[in-house]
Amino acid sequence: MADSKHTAGQTRRTILGGAALLGTAAGAGLLPGLGRYAQAQTSAPIKIGFQVHRTGIGAAYGRWYDRTTKAAAKLINDNGGINGRPVEIIAEDDGTDPKRGAEVIEKFATKHECDVAFGTLFSHVVIGSAPRAGELKLPYFVVSEGHHVASGMLNRYTLQPGITDVKSQVQSMAPWVADNLGKKVTMVYPDFAFGHDHRDYFSEAIERQGGNVIAKIAIPPRETSFFKYLPKIPKDTEVLYHVMVGPGVLTFVKELGEYFGDNRPEIFGFIDSLEAVDIASPGLEFLEGSHFWEGYPRYAGENQSEHDKFYRAAVGVDDNGASLSDSKDISTYAHMFGCWETLHILKAGMEAADYKGPKDRQALIEAIENMDVFPESQAHPQGSKLFNGRTHQAFGHQHISKVEGGKLVPVHKTSIFDTYYEDEVDYTKMSF
Amino acid sequence: MDLIALLPFDLPHPALLAAGMLEGTVLAAVLALTALGLSIVFGIMRVVNVAHGEFYMLGAVLAWFVTHTVSGTVGGPPWLGFAIALIVAPLIVAAMAALTDWLVLKRLDYDPEATIVATIGVLYIIQQLALTFYGPDARPVEAPFDFRVQLPWFGYSGYKLVVVGAAIALMLVVWLVLTRTKIGLVMRATQYDRETAQAFGIPVDKVYAGVFALGAALAAIGAVLIVPIQQAHYLMGGDPLLLSFIVVILGGLGSLKGTLVAAIFIGLSDGIISTLYEPTLAKILATLLVAMVLVFRPQGLFGARAA
Repeated sequence: MADSKHTAGQTRRTILGGAALLGTAAGAGLLPGLGRYAQAQTSAPIKIGFQVHRTGIGAAYGRWYDRTTKAAAKLINDNGGINGRPVEIIAEDDGTDPKRGAEVIEKFATKHECDVAFGTLFSHVVIGSAPRAGELKLPYFVVSEGHHVASGMLNRYTLQPGITDVKSQVQSMAPWVADNLGKKVTMVYPDFAFGHDHRDYFSEAIERQGGNVIAKIAIPPRETSFFKYLPKIPKDTEVLYHVMVGPGVLTFVKELGEYFGDNRPEIFGFIDSLEAVDIASPGLEFLEGSHFWEGYPRYAGENQSEHDKFYRAAVGVDDNGASLSDSKDISTYAHMFGCWETLHILKAGMEAADYKGPKDRQALIEAIENMDVFPESQAHPQGSKLFNGRTHQAFGHQHISKVEGGKLVPVHKTSIFDTYYEDEVDYTKMSF
Repeated sequence: MDLIALLPFDLPHPALLAAGMLEGTVLAAVLALTALGLSIVFGIMRVVNVAHGEFYMLGAVLAWFVTHTVSGTVGGPPWLGFAIALIVAPLIVAAMAALTDWLVLKRLDYDPEATIVATIGVLYIIQQLALTFYGPDARPVEAPFDFRVQLPWFGYSGYKLVVVGAAIALMLVVWLVLTRTKIGLVMRATQYDRETAQAFGIPVDKVYAGVFALGAALAAIGAVLIVPIQQAHYLMGGDPLLLSFIVVILGGLGSLKGTLVAAIFIGLSDGIISTLYEPTLAKILATLLVAMVLVFRPQGLFGARAA
């Protein structure tokens, strides 16, 4: 028994060694017969490592990022793939955990031999994973909203072309909030990088409008009970600005309702506080008349574009933003379009760079850095965007919706220029 | 008025204090139930059940399944599903705990160290089972009734106040069972001296299985009560486990009175410190207190010194 095992091991080693030799020889063009095989390999799939929050506090986002990614990959493959090669999505759960995130990146690069990595949302996972992607020289396309890409905190291999960042979102909200709701703002936000972006950039932006933030209430990301934070909201608050993430979001908003009753200040929330949650849930009636930022309006509405119609159907979302197969399964509509758009940008980038394999990774990044406009189209259903290759960040329209009859009705759309800010980094000057 | 002005610190605003006390009371009530389960199991079986928080989580998850099924099939009102969940979920959790006792703990002969490691394993098994069959989402359970109590400064959930009442009533029942019934007598006899109890014909194995089931059921009841306030999520067992351990160590492992007093103390101080200062500070102080108690009074505030 032991002997046969030994022999098997030896045989496998011999074969592996031989294969390696053959590979080298084929690469050097010494074996014409095998060269043909190598050419046939270019029709092998382009492997995209998809880092997904399947478990942990980001699971609801992960589920919908997954569906959107599959739908986009199917569309790309149905239309002939990338450079004639099919796209293969290799999904790995990161548990919404930064340490696990970095391990997943490592797995994409070494075990799965992916061409690029893509997909992450939660900012702490992005910040935990990006350095590893940089070390492994693996292009890493995040769909995170965090300002950490454009702030210069990350590296040349990390890009965010498919979704706008918090800094541009909040600065474009501030004028409307100051003009329509009030100037004395209390902010409630999660106590990690994403929440800190909100705190810092909204505070700056509202001050430019002559307003100010009179209280900043940070909530630990794993908190499950929120009532105890609410008495810290000052009495003279005109606008309560809230943004919350994680499994406790519904509890948070419900407790806000219990706390204020009918006597509430103006409420301006980021839809993150209610992503994947039905606005018509019991206990949320008090939100009637309040406002939300939406990256992409959840309800189809009257002015639905043909591209939105196509995108909704492809991903399997109904006119209320819920799954076509289960009306109680609410999507993360304001964020997940980023996966769809990022994959299309990846396709355009790979085709522009004539991408053949990992040796063309730098050319791919340079090709995307050279892009500047993504017009509204099937590939960009959320709307037109500008891309800043120096900061690796996209800029786009933002929406404000009002809760009316238990639905979100868009009332304001910003211009792209409202969201623009000066460069804080030039990644193109960094070496690969 | 002048006297207050002379104080070297600002008095907290009454709204903050009221919110802290209310939240603290709700936490104390649920914590008392959950920690009582942990305490009974340790007191009688000398087993430190690290999987206790997962039985709590299981209670919440089962409550979601039951209420979801009732509203989905029968279409009954929220209170009906909730009432059924309040009975069914703890029973299923109790059955699972009894199974764990028979399958794992009994085979380890209730060795204190081995059972700690084994229940860590049980913790992960239950958590992963919940992840597999229930999924990673936080799902809401509708409260059986909902009314809002308006206080001078803010409103408060009426359901939360009812939870406090229900928890007190349940603890009274547990206390009556332990002190006034034959079952309680048998349990106490087993706690006092396992071998003598066996010699007197008490089926110690069955008592152990029953105690372990009761401990888990108490955690599950606490979870069913809390799930309309929070939401059922597969990772929700961590906090109750930590807080239950804090309470049980402070009160003295196995002392029911100590558990109760410590739960009220920890609940209220957590609520008040979190509201007036920082939630993290509340956790730091509670954990520091545990460390101090372990150093200076290892048997806990009410525990008897080990012989």
